Amino acid sequence: MFPDKQKAFFATILVSTFLIYTTYIYTSLPAEDKVPLNEVMAGKKIWQQLNCNACHQIYGLGGYIGPDLTNAYSLKGPAYIKAFLQNGTASMPSFKLTNKEKADLLYFLQNIDLSGKADPRTFTINYDGTIEQ
Amino acid sequence: MERLSNRQLTISKLFILLSLILLATGMVWGILGGLQYIIPGFLKGFFSFEKIRPLHVSSVVFWIILSSIGCIGSYIQEHTTKNLYSLLLFRIQFLIFFISILAILISYCFGIFGGREYWEFNPILALPIAIGWILFIINFIKSIGSLKKQPVYVWMWLTGIFFFLFTFLESYLWLFPYFKSNIITDMTIQWKSYGSMVGSWNMLIYGSSIFLMDKISGNKTYSHSRIAYLLYFTGLFNLMFNWGHHIYTLPTHGYVKHISYIVSMTELFILGRIILQWKNTLSSAKKNYHLPAYRFLIVADIWVFLNLLLAITMSVPAINIYTHGTHITVAHAMGTTIGINSFLLLALIVDIFQLNYRNDNTIKKSLSIGFWITNISLFIFWTSMIIAGILKAKWQMNITQIPFSSMMLQLKPIFIVIFVSGTIMSIGFLLIIFSLIKKQILSFKIN
Ligand code: HEC
Ligand code: HEM
Repeated sequence: MFPDKQKAFFATILVSTFLIYTTYIYTSLPAEDKVPLNEVMAGKKIWQQLNCNACHQIYGLGGYIGPDLTNAYSLKGPAYIKAFLQNGTASMPSFKLTNKEKADLLYFLQNIDLSGKADPRTFTINYDGTIEQ
Repeated sequence: MERLSNRQLTISKLFILLSLILLATGMVWGILGGLQYIIPGFLKGFFSFEKIRPLHVSSVVFWIILSSIGCIGSYIQEHTTKNLYSLLLFRIQFLIFFISILAILISYCFGIFGGREYWEFNPILALPIAIGWILFIINFIKSIGSLKKQPVYVWMWLTGIFFFLFTFLESYLWLFPYFKSNIITDMTIQWKSYGSMVGSWNMLIYGSSIFLMDKISGNKTYSHSRIAYLLYFTGLFNLMFNWGHHIYTLPTHGYVKHISYIVSMTELFILGRIILQWKNTLSSAKKNYHLPAYRFLIVADIWVFLNLLLAITMSVPAINIYTHGTHITVAHAMGTTIGINSFLLLALIVDIFQLNYRNDNTIKKSLSIGFWITNISLFIFWTSMIIAGILKAKWQMNITQIPFSSMMLQLKPIFIVIFVSGTIMSIGFLLIIFSLIKKQILSFKIN
């Protein structure tokens, strides 16, 4: 038998720690340093509405039928990306986007690109199993 | 009590029947998705991958959630030997879920998305789901009454039910500009919520599985024991703090990653216990092998072992840097949702439909054949996804990378194996699902 008092003790400790941790994270995350352009947010909205993430990853997260796009902006350049958006590929639909929508998506991809590097080759591995960039 | 006999169509059973239908259709979407990997552009005009993936993932996630609700609804009544607090609330909850899920799946077909992984529907549709869940919480709390001297499974249900609501709401924080405007913040919170949400539905399922184990063994010593609670608290600790292992490569705070790395390693304790218990597990498996429900319970143990091994390995950042963004992640996701969650849920359903002790050879035979087909093909499915992942990891780390499309072309033979084994596995599941549904519907008719 595990006494009720001990159960309550462990549960209380865990739940309070969780709530403190959660609050700390909410308030301490990379707060916005510069207010993002309206275009970036518009691009994000299009990204979500067309569900690009079902086929692509950002920082390795998403669906896997297409490539990771975190740093596509700097690696491939806007013209190349525009061409993909215009024509699609064998499996990627050619979304009939207006010029404004394409531009907004590019702002969004540029914003992601500036946030960091996702390429696993840019990390170094430490002996304790942690990684550094 | 709601569950008087096998012949009554209870609301718990309605949840379960609907969930089985979702599992069956969800697998069909999975097969189509697998086919699109082999034939790029297949069905592109009507159902391209950005529709197929959410149709697949949402259907199977709702299979897990709805059947968990149905099983808990039924088991609470067995546990308290009373009716649920309100059958009316339970019925309303069912209707809300039924209509919203239908709306969600239809909206995908029309290409209407909210575009967030796993909950890819328009955020408006999250509202009824949250409301339905609150009804479930009210019903649960009122039915259980007090936590005094409750066995571990009641604690697990309670934990799962509360954390599901919390994490579900948390996963919609992105609607607020404060969370939305910075991509790193947004993704950190997104994976904080998803990581814990999976833990919460595991609590619901493991809780019910312990209930069933107790029922089969005929004594309740385990569910009150110290070790049961230690395992439960280890699980809860992980649910709360291990989610950072999804985002090791995201440039977010370092402490999130370090904490998750350390916390994830505490799961070695669970792994160790499985190994130590192996002999006991095996001997009780032999004793109860004739019970279809028990067979599913035991095989889930093997899948827990395999997937935990994979998960712990992937939670070491130095290894995660290779596995992240590859099909090893998918192997882990499907390995756990199928091998652990789905098999445990099937065990519970076999018990709730009271097929365990019946001398009905046709159903036992279909369950048995289905059991072997699903397990063998899942093993091939899972292993080939890991192989695909290893090959992609090699590509990702290569200094001179061939183009993405050439790499995918090289992996095609493995994608074919994944597709074929996935299809055979689905046939196994369909055999199980149809014999369960048929049996249940026939018994209503006799009534
Ligand atoms: C149905 C799946 C699918 C959807 C949806 C999809 N893509 Fe793609 N996309 C692909 C595939 C597959 C490729 C790789 C094709 C190739 O390399 O031959 C690709 C390639 C790209 C590329 C070129 C990347 C590179 O590194 O070469 C960009 C940019 C891109 N997609 C952007 C988008 C955006 C933005 C959206 C949403 C509006 C989107 N995609 C939606 C499947 C998809
Ligand atoms: C019980 C049955 C199943 C369950 C519970 C299940 C569950 C899941 C889950 C949770 C994911 C998301 C994976 C992730 O994000 O990493 C997924 C993705 C997927 N599943 Fe399944 N699945 C099932 C059966 C199948 C079958 C039979 C196939 C057929 C081949 C299949 C093909 C796929 C594909 C193609 C994806 C998308 C992978 C990608 O993102 O590229 N699934 N499944």
